[in-house]
Amino acid sequence: MNRQGRRKHRGFGPFRAWLAIAVMCPISGFAQSKATDTKPLGIGRVATVDEIAKLDIDVRPDGRGLPDGKGTVAEGAKVYAAKCASCHGKNGEGATFDRLVATDSGKNFDFATNPKLPKAVGNYWPYATTLYDYTYRAMPFQQPGTLTPDETYSLVAYILALNKIVPDDATMDRKALPAVKMPARDRFVTDNRTGGKVVK
Amino acid sequence: MDRSKSISRRRVLVAGTAGIVGAALPVAGPSTSLRAGQNPDQAARPKVPADPSKVQGPLASDVGGRSPFEKPKRVSLGERRTSSLTPLQDLDGIITPSDLHFERHHAGVPAIDPQQYSLLIHGMVDRPMVFTLADLRRFPGRSVIRMMECSGNGGRVYRREGSQTDLTPQQIDGLTSTAEWTGVPLATLLREAGASPKATWFLAEGMDAAVMTRSIPIAKAWDDALIAYGQNGEPLRPEQGYPVRLFLPGVEGNASVKWLRRIEVGDQPFMTREETSKYTDPLPDGTARIFSLDMDCKSLVTEPSFPDKLTGPGWWEIRGIAWSGRGKISKVEISADGGKTWQLAKLDDPVLPKCHTRFRLPWEWKGGEALIASRATDETGYVQPTYDVLLAARGPSTAYHFNHIRAWKVAADGTVNFGGGL
Repeated sequence: MNRQGRRKHRGFGPFRAWLAIAVMCPISGFAQSKATDTKPLGIGRVATVDEIAKLDIDVRPDGRGLPDGKGTVAEGAKVYAAKCASCHGKNGEGATFDRLVATDSGKNFDFATNPKLPKAVGNYWPYATTLYDYTYRAMPFQQPGTLTPDETYSLVAYILALNKIVPDDATMDRKALPAVKMPARDRFVTDNRTGGKVVK
Repeated sequence: MDRSKSISRRRVLVAGTAGIVGAALPVAGPSTSLRAGQNPDQAARPKVPADPSKVQGPLASDVGGRSPFEKPKRVSLGERRTSSLTPLQDLDGIITPSDLHFERHHAGVPAIDPQQYSLLIHGMVDRPMVFTLADLRRFPGRSVIRMMECSGNGGRVYRREGSQTDLTPQQIDGLTSTAEWTGVPLATLLREAGASPKATWFLAEGMDAAVMTRSIPIAKAWDDALIAYGQNGEPLRPEQGYPVRLFLPGVEGNASVKWLRRIEVGDQPFMTREETSKYTDPLPDGTARIFSLDMDCKSLVTEPSFPDKLTGPGWWEIRGIAWSGRGKISKVEISADGGKTWQLAKLDDPVLPKCHTRFRLPWEWKGGEALIASRATDETGYVQPTYDVLLAARGPSTAYHFNHIRAWKVAADGTVNFGGGL
């Protein structure tokens, strides 16, 4: 930080801020207050549309955030061989990094009881959109964030096909991907631990 | 862990009380703090005057360091060094020195110029905002002392129950630490941006090469989430998120996203890779728990522990730490007979919510075998479970949250080994 900047504002900044807090929240606990109709303190600046677009790369399960572009399984096989196979194995079986392909989840999603059951995209990942989000943001490991949307769609299509979730002639794009239903999707449940006497 | 090079003061206290007499510590003398079989490099022992009261010492320094006799170290268990563990057995009190706070990262530690740093808050807000570090420091701030634990902590002993006894507290549970964190409440920033009352989740994103992302229920932001820039009185250490991280008290460590660059306010979870394919808990009924964020109540005896050796029968103090992600520790009980009888330990002040709490109990060792264990209860009434109870609830290969009771086995000759779960 800019300690200089901090000193510069020391004369009035904190005082004004505290005054504002005191006026807005007469009782303790401004951090607990949910009210959002209070006046801003005027610190920071409004973000530009471009600034947001540059960083806003996340993709949600409903497809929000997916860019234009598309990719096929066949194209994905080529990108995979060139950029992914060295870490994840020739056919997604895993090597120095995670296994990507597995279809067996036992009789009843047996991951808690069978230590030998490997987790991978096909048998454990609940959302196909996650595969796009993660691959685009963080892969390949040695050149993170360098894949184009088309390359990413292709890779996603290829990995889904390896896991027998989409056919070998599938094309992925912003409409097709959120429609893919993952086999493990309905297995995930919200946290029911609340403390108290019962160990869950 | 390389024990031979990390003999520390507390080892001296626990294992060698009889041999060390104040300033009479001999230069390059034999250390009585060592377990049989250890090989200290005596040549490397720091040289000090035989009588320090007869010579002037070094003058004031710009940055202090530890005594050359104290060499506590984090250890990294994997070849990839994506984490390192806090030497819990070397620490007193509750604060983890910043350079010993555990680390876990997914793409290394990024180098960030604080003058170039900014945090974007956008999504379901009236005014998407950018804050520089100077901006964040200008907001009304807050300091809290809280623990952080990785949800994978203890997995090694849970999954291989009973198979390994030569484990230190650090190797078993070193992915937990406590610090004083200073920053601005996220609630203040959400108010500044005008977050929608309809928002239910937010996404936190880091600027490491993993561009780490986690979705968090927005209630946590209105409660106690902190945008932290300070740790134990100084700026965050690089491996702890310098210059700015999210800090979520009581929540599994991964969600406290480091090197924070963006917060997006939304109305549903974003379902990132970490929170779906990784930090979820398969259960024996064929489901998997998702967003299992709170850390369950847990405790661990740190002294005596492997590789201590009790030098003889008599009074020893059993010491350790207890914590809960749901509030304060209300009591810690200690057993020296493998759980047949339990005695209340004394809790040191301060007893803070979601924070390591130091406990102690004088114990008279009469010689012979003993099995020492601690059992913590938090203010919700939750009691740290036995291994069997946790196993029944979670299954043998569940992936995270391992808080069962741990035990240390004291042999008749005073050697201490990890005794597995109770």
